[in-house]
Amino acid sequence: MNARIRKWQEKLGFGILIAATVFVILVLVVILYDIFSKGSGILSWEFITSKPRKGMTEGGIWPAIVGTFWVSLVTVVFAVPTGLFAAIYLNEYAAQNRLVRVIRIAIRNLSGVPSIVYGLFGFTLFIMILKIGLSVLAGGLTLGLLTLPWTITASEEALKTVPMSYREGALALGATKWQTIRTNVLPYAVPGMLTGTILGLARAAGETAPILFTGAAFFWPLLPSFPKVLTTQFMALPYHLFIMATQHHAIVKVRPIAYGTAAVLIGLILIMNAAAVYIRYRFRKKYKRL
Amino acid sequence: MILNTVQSAETGRVGRIRAWRRFKEKAIEAFFLANGLFAVVVLIAIFSMLFTEGWPALKRVPLGEWFLSAEWDPTSPVRESYGILALIVSTLMVSVGALILAVPLGIACAAYIADVAPPKVREIVKPVIEILAGIPSVVVGFFGLVVLGPLLAKVFHTGNGLNGVNGSILLAIMALPTIMSVSEDAIVSVPQELKNASLALGATRWQTLMRVTIPAALSGIVASVMLGMGRAIGETMTVLMACGNAPAMPHSFLDPVRTMTATIAIELGETVQGSTHFHSLFVIAFFLFLMTFAVNLVSDIILQRVRRRMGGA
Amino acid sequence: MPNPTNPIELVTRDFSFYYGNYQALTSISMDVERNRVTAFIGPSGCGKSTFLRSLNRMNDIIPGTRVEGKVLLGGVDIYNKDVDVVDLRRKVGMVFQKSNPFPKSIFDNVAYGLRIHGERNPSAVAQRVEESLRAAALWNEVKDRLDKSAMDLSGGQQQRLCIARALAVRPEIVLMDEPASALDPLATQKIEELIFELKKDYTIIIVTHNMQQAARVSDTTAFFYLGELVEFDETKRIFTNPKEKKTEDYITGRFG
Repeated sequence: MNARIRKWQEKLGFGILIAATVFVILVLVVILYDIFSKGSGILSWEFITSKPRKGMTEGGIWPAIVGTFWVSLVTVVFAVPTGLFAAIYLNEYAAQNRLVRVIRIAIRNLSGVPSIVYGLFGFTLFIMILKIGLSVLAGGLTLGLLTLPWTITASEEALKTVPMSYREGALALGATKWQTIRTNVLPYAVPGMLTGTILGLARAAGETAPILFTGAAFFWPLLPSFPKVLTTQFMALPYHLFIMATQHHAIVKVRPIAYGTAAVLIGLILIMNAAAVYIRYRFRKKYKRL
Repeated sequence: MILNTVQSAETGRVGRIRAWRRFKEKAIEAFFLANGLFAVVVLIAIFSMLFTEGWPALKRVPLGEWFLSAEWDPTSPVRESYGILALIVSTLMVSVGALILAVPLGIACAAYIADVAPPKVREIVKPVIEILAGIPSVVVGFFGLVVLGPLLAKVFHTGNGLNGVNGSILLAIMALPTIMSVSEDAIVSVPQELKNASLALGATRWQTLMRVTIPAALSGIVASVMLGMGRAIGETMTVLMACGNAPAMPHSFLDPVRTMTATIAIELGETVQGSTHFHSLFVIAFFLFLMTFAVNLVSDIILQRVRRRMGGA
Repeated sequence: MPNPTNPIELVTRDFSFYYGNYQALTSISMDVERNRVTAFIGPSGCGKSTFLRSLNRMNDIIPGTRVEGKVLLGGVDIYNKDVDVVDLRRKVGMVFQKSNPFPKSIFDNVAYGLRIHGERNPSAVAQRVEESLRAAALWNEVKDRLDKSAMDLSGGQQQRLCIARALAVRPEIVLMDEPASALDPLATQKIEELIFELKKDYTIIIVTHNMQQAARVSDTTAFFYLGELVEFDETKRIFTNPKEKKTEDYITGRFG
């Protein structure tokens, strides 16, 4: 093949790759543009802070925002410590033996289990067996199980960023293993864990299938305060969007509300992602100095 | 002398402190191990829950009916039927359709980011594409319902556009980030010496990419496709909202389809707890679990092998 | 073997070390004298660092390792299962090849060991920090910025900080694993002077790939080759009149 043809072939090939990448970005832009452009019309302080009215054909989505907040909080409170502790074992204690391999295989497989299966599992365990009732607690714990493999992985990544020399230095001074981890590993893994936690939270906040059968409610405008809120059903942003898009008696009429809900949900997730990236960036800078 | 405390009987004060410290360290390690084992417990618990809850239905309905019948009608007043063939076919159909779209796109993007793009472009493109992974499935489903559906209806002149094509496109969007990031890892980890060897022989970068880099990264790419398949099979909200949900055997991509996940989501709330219908949903979930488990396991085995090979190099 | 002039602090007998199936050390027997500097030399991969790290059981943290033989400290085998590795490492401090200050303040770095060993009294901690920094010849350079990050110190200062940190827990032996290999000549000289001062109060074992350094700072020298202890004698004799051909080849630069 002569050089000119090969040069054109390369240009064409790279052109195709660029076109594919641009196309994927375009898809993202189209989705975001559609949601935000059509959602922005209804977005207002009132939409965010008021309750749905008149059979959910008017008003805002405040209860869904609060519900999402509480459910995510339960998720984090359950999944983050459990995930961190498991990660500490895997990264700091575990030897290369069969038990550890089994744990790792289990974690990888858990991350592939469909979210609807988590929903069924949560329903069976928390509602049918433990009888804690359709509630924020049941929904949050179900989401917690779903996020567990992510929090373990994120925590382990964070622990891996702490240089081995910090551990060696402490051990050589006669620190016990736990003293070493507590005083000279965990403090430096915090930013990474915080980032991972927020990213996990963002993903959990957008999940619908796991809360379908564990507590998400069609309409539940009044949430009591803590701790009673844990035992009541709740509205959640993703579920509210699902309802407004497919189950409402006046689907066309409430379409703007659905768009507004979608915009708020995506906005929330984007903000959380940005916060996570910012924390990682800031702590990395500070960490370098101190 | 230095360690004379060791010789003194462990009953002394120093001995007690040391014994306590050792016990504490052991207890702390055991505590962390317990948290690690929790993942194993959850996986086993999910498996056994699906099986035990599905068992009453499996026992009542002959095994042949589940797989050979395409008729899913558990609430029929005449004769209840529990054929999940149509659901399985629908699930596989939209998933394979998704892969047909997502695999070429995903690999092309991965190749661009990993091998072609200048560093500055890469640093912008990568996080932008990560945002795609963060969009909740319910929002993607909503987009399919209100934007893609009407568009497809206009293009293909069929009904409301909630059908297999719609589902495939949406699932492609959901599977893309997975395919891209895992493929990109695979392409990046191809040793530079290998590429240099090709370039030194006078091959263009394009020829090197197509004939050396991508073949070398192939197992990682295959694993990414399997992982994307797993995601597509297990995805619920998008297909629930955008596929039309007719529980019949689809004959073309333009038919409305109903996947296994959507069936569970739609029907669990409507069943009587303890009925055969109720238990049959766990049977669906059980097979769904086995399908994703198998797909993920295959990709896992491939990735482990790749890692070992790269680690050994 | 050198003729001991001081009491014996540490004894190893037929000590062998394995990474999995690979034998890294073969049957090392050695007596280390108190208040002297013992240098380990040899080509890279000869096992000198592995041996050093065996003396405070830092190799324990590497999975799949195994030892044979004895390391006796005060007559007790440190690999005896009754020996608490935490106590051992308090008595046998270590300074690493690459200085590894913790990303804390200078003060907190030195105080770290005291605090993990339960010293709560702030004035006692402050006093010991000062003592240790003085002993490591760093006090005058850092006394006005003890609360500043240790990461902002120069390489040589960082390494002396690590020495101060090791001294703060009052070890009896200080192990140094090529402590000056990453430093410039001036900083290296400071470390060497420091080592000379420290041997009044401590027993020092230093691994170095720099033969001039071994000759300058040590009283006795051990030459390792392929996991074996080839020769162990007074430093003067090793460098002027070695008994073994291999030792001579190495110190005259014929290999390694």
